[in-house]
Amino acid sequence: MSAILPPQHRIWWKQPVDKIEIVWIVIAFVWCMIMFFMMPYWHVFGKQNLSTETYRVKPELFAKATQEMVDKYTVRTEGPNKVPVVAPPAGSDVYLIARLWDWWPILELENGKSYRLNLTSMDYQHGFSLQPENINIQILPGYQHVVTVTPNRTGQYAIVCNEFCGIGHHKMVSRLYVK
Amino acid sequence: MATAAAQYRICPRTGLQFHKSAEALIKVNAVAGVVALLLGGVLALLITLTRWQAVHLIDANEFYLILTAHGLDMLVVWIIFFEMAILYFCSSTLLRCRLATPRLAWFAFALMVIGTVTFNVVIFTGDATVMMTSYPPMPAHPAFYLGLILFAVGALIGCFIFLGTLVVAKAEKTYEGSVPLVTFGAITACIIAIFTIASGAIILIPTFLWSAGYISHIDPAMYRVIWWAFGHSAQQINVAAHIAVWYAIAAIVFGAKPMSERVSRFAFLLYILFLQLASAHHILADPAVGTEWKVFNTSYAMYLAVLASMLHGLTVPGAIEAAQRAKGYTKGLFEWLRKAPWGNPVFSGMFISLIGFGFLGGISGVMMGTEQLNMIIHNTIYVPGHFHATVVIGTTLAFMSLTYFLLPTLFNRELILPGWAKLQPYVFGLGMGAFTLAMMGAGTLGVPRRHWDITFAGAALPYEFPGTALLMIAIFGIAGVIAVIGGAMYIVVTVGTILFGKKLDAGAYSTKVTPLRLPVQVSLVEDGGHGGGWGVPGTFVFAMVFLVAFVLYYFVNWKYLSTVWGLS
Ligand code: HEM
Ligand SMILES: [Cu+2]
Ligand SMILES: [Cu+2]
Repeated sequence: MSAILPPQHRIWWKQPVDKIEIVWIVIAFVWCMIMFFMMPYWHVFGKQNLSTETYRVKPELFAKATQEMVDKYTVRTEGPNKVPVVAPPAGSDVYLIARLWDWWPILELENGKSYRLNLTSMDYQHGFSLQPENINIQILPGYQHVVTVTPNRTGQYAIVCNEFCGIGHHKMVSRLYVK
Repeated sequence: MATAAAQYRICPRTGLQFHKSAEALIKVNAVAGVVALLLGGVLALLITLTRWQAVHLIDANEFYLILTAHGLDMLVVWIIFFEMAILYFCSSTLLRCRLATPRLAWFAFALMVIGTVTFNVVIFTGDATVMMTSYPPMPAHPAFYLGLILFAVGALIGCFIFLGTLVVAKAEKTYEGSVPLVTFGAITACIIAIFTIASGAIILIPTFLWSAGYISHIDPAMYRVIWWAFGHSAQQINVAAHIAVWYAIAAIVFGAKPMSERVSRFAFLLYILFLQLASAHHILADPAVGTEWKVFNTSYAMYLAVLASMLHGLTVPGAIEAAQRAKGYTKGLFEWLRKAPWGNPVFSGMFISLIGFGFLGGISGVMMGTEQLNMIIHNTIYVPGHFHATVVIGTTLAFMSLTYFLLPTLFNRELILPGWAKLQPYVFGLGMGAFTLAMMGAGTLGVPRRHWDITFAGAALPYEFPGTALLMIAIFGIAGVIAVIGGAMYIVVTVGTILFGKKLDAGAYSTKVTPLRLPVQVSLVEDGGHGGGWGVPGTFVFAMVFLVAFVLYYFVNWKYLSTVWGLS
C-alpha cells in the first residue's frame, strides 16, 4: 500500500522483510561499528587527540602567567604593534591569549619538541585556527584549556580567529614560528 | 470555524480530503515560510557576493548583521513554518479528520509571526549582530531572545495541535489500522521537536534574563552544551520531515509503497531514540567536556541515527524502483530510473534532494562528527558547506518539490510557467551542489566561516591563504549566484501561481467526512513482497556506490589527520 495511506495489512509488523533490505542493514550496521571503534582506536594508537585538560581561570591570573613567560623568554618583537616573539623551553607551559581582536604573544617553538599550550580568552569566545596546518580549537572565556602540541614541520604559521567575535573578527590574525 | 460545522472538500484530482480550517492553516503557514525564504534568499545573495572576494559587496558591519538574519530567517523561520504546514497536512488531510482546535492553531501562528518580526526588527536595527548561535558572553538586545522564545512557543503549540489531531482521528475512526508511514514520519518529527523546543527554552530563557540584567553570568560552556541540544535536534526534525516528504512524493508520483513498513518505521524509531545524544558533534573541539562523553555521544547515537538514514536511503529509491518495475520498466539495472518523469519537478526535486543529502550532506556530516576528525574542519567554511547540503539540498529542495504538488491540490491553481518549474530543481539543486562542494574544499584548506575578509586587509600580521582556496571561493560565489537564481525561480512560480494561476475545480464543501477504509484501492502496485527479495537491484547498486564513496572519503580524512602536528 502507498505510504500516504494506512498499511494494507493490519499486522504489518509480521510481514516478511526483503532479503535486499536485510543485507543492507547488516552492511550498514557493520560500517557504523567500524566508524565507532575508529575513535577509541585512535585514542590508543593515533597521535592526534584533543586533550580535555581544562581549568576554570580568572583572566587576570592567566594574563599574569603569560606576562611572566613573555618577560623571561622574549627574543624579539614583530609588526607595527611590536608583539613579543617568545621562545620558551621545550616541554614547558606556554601561554596564548585570545582577546578582542588579537592573539598575544607570538610563540616560537622547536620542531619535534612538545609544549603544553595553554589557551583562554579574555572576553568573548574565539576560535584558534592554525594555518596552513588547519588545526582548529574552540576558546572559551573563563576556561584554561591545556593542549600538548608537537610541531612536525618548520616554518611560519598563522593563527586565524574562526569564531565570530565582533566587528574586528576578520582582523584577528597572528603568527607562530617553528624552528 | 466552530468544530460542529466542520466543512470538508474532496480534491477531484488527488482524492485528498481537506478540512476547511486545516486547509486555511496549511496555506498561511506555507505562505509565511515562502515569504521568509524570499527574504532569506535576498540576504543569501548579499552575503555570497561579499564572501566572494572578487566582488566583496557590502561592508563588514552589514555583512555580520545580514549573516545573522540569513541564518535565522532560513533555518528557523522558513523551515519551521513549512513544517507546521506539513504537520497539519499529515494529520488532518492524510487521516481525513478535522484539525483539533483550529483557533489555537491561529494563535500559534500569530505567536510565530510576532516572534519572527520581533527578532528581525532587533537584528536589522543592529542590536543583535551575534549570529544565530548567540554565544555568550557576546550580548544581544533582550528582545532578540524574546522573539526566539515566542516563535518557539508558537511552534510547540503547533506540535500539540498535531498530536491532538491524531487523537481526534483515532477517536472519530476516520482511518483503520495504523497511521500511514508518512504520518509516522511526521510524528517522529513532532516528538523530536518537543524535545528540541524544551532544550531551547532551558537555555534561551536564562539567557534572556541575563541580557535583561536579572542574571549576572551565563556559563559559555554550559550554554554551548544545551544550546546544541536544541540546535542539533532541530536538524533532526528537518531530516525526519523531509524523509517523510520523500516517501510521500514516491507514493504520489509512482504510487510506490514502502518496501517494508517494518524497516521504514524502525528507522524512524531510531531517530527518536538516539537523537538527544547526538548534539556533541558541535562541541568536539571544545574544552570543558570529557572525551568519553564526546565519543559516546557523537558516535554511538549518531551512528544508529546514521544507520537509520542509510536505511531510508535504500528504501525510498527502492520503493520507486519496485513501482516502476511493476509498470514494466524492467530492462537492465536502470531502465526504471531512465524512464522516471524527469520533467516533473515534484519528482526531479525529490530525487536531487535524496542524492544531494546522502552523498554531500550525509558523508560530510559523519566525517566531521568524528571526534578527532572534527579538529581539521571545526568552524571552517566546511561547516556551512555541509549544512547547506543537508538543510538546503535535502530539506529545502524536498519542500520545494512538495509545493509543486500542493499548488494544484491545496491552492487549486494551475502552475504558471511550467517550463520554469521543470527547470527549477536542476538550477537550484545543481547550483547548490557546486556551492557546497566549493565550500567544503575551501574549508579543507582552512578558510574560516562567518568571516568578512579572508585576505585580512588592514590586519597587522596578515596571512595569505593558498591560491586554491581563493579559487574555491570564486567557484562558491558563482555557484551561489546560480542557486539564488534557482531559488528565485521557485518564488516566481509559486507566488505567481497562487496569485495568477488558472483556477481549478476545488470540489464542493460539505459536512460529510469520507473516512479511509481498508482495503484501499489506490495503489498501482500489487500487494506482497518484491519478487522474492532481490527485486530492486538498481537501488542496491546505488547503495554500494554510496558505501564505497563513504568509506573512501572517511579514511582519506584520517590519513590527512595523521599528517598534522601531534596533539595530546
Ligand atoms: C540560494 C541559497 C543560499 C545561498 C547562496 C546561501 C549562502 C550562504 C552563505 C554565503 C552563508 C555564509 C557562510 C559563512 O560566511 O559562514 C550562509 C550561511 C548560512 N545559511 Fe545559507 N544560503 C542559501 C540558502 C540557505 C537556506 C535555504 C538555509 C536554511 C534552510 C540556509 C541556512 C544558513 C545558515 C543556518 C547559515 C549559517 C549562519 C551562521 O553562520 O550563523 N541557507 N548561507
Ligand atoms: Cu576572535
Ligand atoms: Cu573571531
